[in-house]
Amino acid sequence: MGLKTFPGGVHPHDSKEFSKDAAIEDLPIPKKVVIPLSQHIGAPAKPLVKVGDEVKTGQKIAEPGGFVSIPMHASISGKITKIADFPHPTGITSLAIEITGDGKDDWIELYEEDNFLELTADEIKNRISEAGICGMGGAGFPTLVKISPPTEKPIDTVILNGVECEPFLTADYRLMLEKADEIIWGLKLLMKTVDAQNGIIGIEANKPDVIKKMKELTATEQNIRVVGLKLKYPQGAEKQLIYAATKRKVPNKGGLPMDVNVVVQNVGTAFAVYEAVRYKKPLVERIVTVSGSIVKVPKNLKTRIGTKFEELLEFCNGTTEDIGKVISGGPMMGFAIPNLEAPVAKGSSGLLLFNKKQAHRQKENTCIRCGSCVDVCPMNLVPSLIAKNVRYEDWEMTEKYGVMDCIKCGSCAYVCPSNIKLIQWIDIGKMKISEKNRS
Amino acid sequence: MSDVYTVSAAPHIKEKVSVSSIMWQVVLALLPALLVSIYFYGTKAFLLTLYGAAAAVITEAIIQKFRGVPVTIKDGSAVVTGILVAFNINAAAPWWIPVVGAVFAIAIGKQIFGGLGFNIFNPALLGRAFLMASWPSIMTSGWVPTRLGSINGLNLGSLPSKIPEVITSATPLGAAKALRDTTQVAANMQDNIMNQLASMDTIQNLFWGNIGGCLGEISAAALLIGAAFLAYKHIIEWRIPVSYIATVFVLTYIFGGINGLFSASLLLPVFHIFAGGLILGAFFMATDMVTSPVTKRGRVIFGIGCGVLTVVIRLVGGYPEGVSYSILFMNMFVPLIDRYTVPKPFGEVKK
Repeated sequence: MGLKTFPGGVHPHDSKEFSKDAAIEDLPIPKKVVIPLSQHIGAPAKPLVKVGDEVKTGQKIAEPGGFVSIPMHASISGKITKIADFPHPTGITSLAIEITGDGKDDWIELYEEDNFLELTADEIKNRISEAGICGMGGAGFPTLVKISPPTEKPIDTVILNGVECEPFLTADYRLMLEKADEIIWGLKLLMKTVDAQNGIIGIEANKPDVIKKMKELTATEQNIRVVGLKLKYPQGAEKQLIYAATKRKVPNKGGLPMDVNVVVQNVGTAFAVYEAVRYKKPLVERIVTVSGSIVKVPKNLKTRIGTKFEELLEFCNGTTEDIGKVISGGPMMGFAIPNLEAPVAKGSSGLLLFNKKQAHRQKENTCIRCGSCVDVCPMNLVPSLIAKNVRYEDWEMTEKYGVMDCIKCGSCAYVCPSNIKLIQWIDIGKMKISEKNRS
Repeated sequence: MSDVYTVSAAPHIKEKVSVSSIMWQVVLALLPALLVSIYFYGTKAFLLTLYGAAAAVITEAIIQKFRGVPVTIKDGSAVVTGILVAFNINAAAPWWIPVVGAVFAIAIGKQIFGGLGFNIFNPALLGRAFLMASWPSIMTSGWVPTRLGSINGLNLGSLPSKIPEVITSATPLGAAKALRDTTQVAANMQDNIMNQLASMDTIQNLFWGNIGGCLGEISAAALLIGAAFLAYKHIIEWRIPVSYIATVFVLTYIFGGINGLFSASLLLPVFHIFAGGLILGAFFMATDMVTSPVTKRGRVIFGIGCGVLTVVIRLVGGYPEGVSYSILFMNMFVPLIDRYTVPKPFGEVKK
């Protein structure tokens, strides 16, 4: 099997052994959920309900706040008890709708379409839009926007991202193993919406069983290919995945996949698309990996959106040691959050618990100019010089060294022998330069 | 809010690598060369190296105490500098030569700039340059033969006439330099000596280290073992050594002969690669992280620059060997090279 990849990158231990063999389990319906109005890139959703309203599971409770936005739906049935600022899985606080459940999980009327693959592109898009789907790999870009490119940028290829290159995370792996047919149907629906001739499913080499299964299931499909990818981080970063799978380079300085006639969707998103189109089921639940060496029973949980992280951990029997750090997402790009009160959002792929030792922050030393960061940067930047110029507040040089092209994968900081917080410095640079460019 | 856990920027995991792990691995990589040196020159080689390393560490500790900054002698970087200073010294040197060189290297070469990461020049080479300028006779003459061989590594017994002392008492590169001077070496002898330089016998002596020279530079084989280890550990990268050595190979092939361009045999560039300090310099000193470019294209330019200067000094300059000065000279250009070799980000579109 010829494995494909991209230049640069790092090889962290994939740490998937904790949870990879745990079949997806349903987390019991929570008594209370907190649904953030901003779980995606773009304008926050606008509430359609007020405190005191009764809602059913799957009922729309917020509408899109603009073109680049998505609606939100109740993930349990019950009563709206609060619309206020709540902790958010990215570590900030933001406006959210709290629903106190009635314990019935009373759904809106669902529906089953037998010939769902025959629906028109517009009808598919309409159902995706109504279901409130955004990218479920982490960034959370509204799916409808991704599949609505301007006519001068036709799409010929849809790539499903089944790479899951973040260590620890196994949510996509389990989903691909357990719901392979549904994911392939989701891919076909997505291909139809953009009239793409080719479908590619990109999977990293540490999931040979999934690669085999997907290859078998697509053996008779003329236009769907399964591409095995080298085990290397960040293999699942959008631009790196596109390059590995198609040898096309998304232009830097703000280029998008559509500029090279490609749309990339996470496998979880494809599954959500399938459910939305076939059953008109809104996106109210997702798979979350709960893992870390201190979690008693690491699991992959089918969780309602809005469930507090503490309930997930409780279901995994808690931890064997004191918690030092809580990470929402993966260890390379996820957010460290101060407590377990934040809820699962549409882009929450993992909840990781580290002990005190793993949480220890090492002192930043001076740069010895070893160039390791340069060697691993998948965007071909010079992270050490960007960080240095940010430190000296030389914004012109910071921009010249390409800070805006950084995808924040964290490979540079991962290898830095001096423990320099490169991503933190780069973040400051990005912020300052965006500010400067706006004014 | 309940418990507050550690909040920090991603990534939350880290490769097990640190400045000290890198430096101690460099020390380990230098050990084969030290062992060969001890084998050929006896315990004096070990003592000179020990004095150099100890002087470097003590100097670093005293200056850091004096500056009121954390004492970082455990990170191994001063040990590396001390060993490298000693490696650039003649086996016949008195004990205080490596000590003075190491003190200068750490004090003026490193700490005066602010310590590790801020120095412009390779500290060990600066120490060597200081010794060369101050005690040239100790540094450039009085070479001792190894216990198995001669100083120059040449097999000159077959030559009919008497061989001048400038050749017999010289290191291989010294001999290569001296033979170009027709006032000292008879013209009819030049070709013979040149053929000896570029012979498999001589190259084998150079490769295993059975020649006169500086402590650490004599055995190419031992240095290459250490370099292979560092390359395997991703501590040195191929660009600088390969571009440096390739440049020396090409230029000595073109200009190295005594009868005009391209008059050298193909073995002469091989001689130039294994003779003198090129292997030590290319793999262990030009690759010094702090004083070499961070960009990939920059590393190639740096290597080529070192190669050109080395050949210029060896063939037309005043010294037989040019590795240390060429690296020091190129060190000065590193900020400039870095500035003009910023790579194009992934996905750069041609306009």
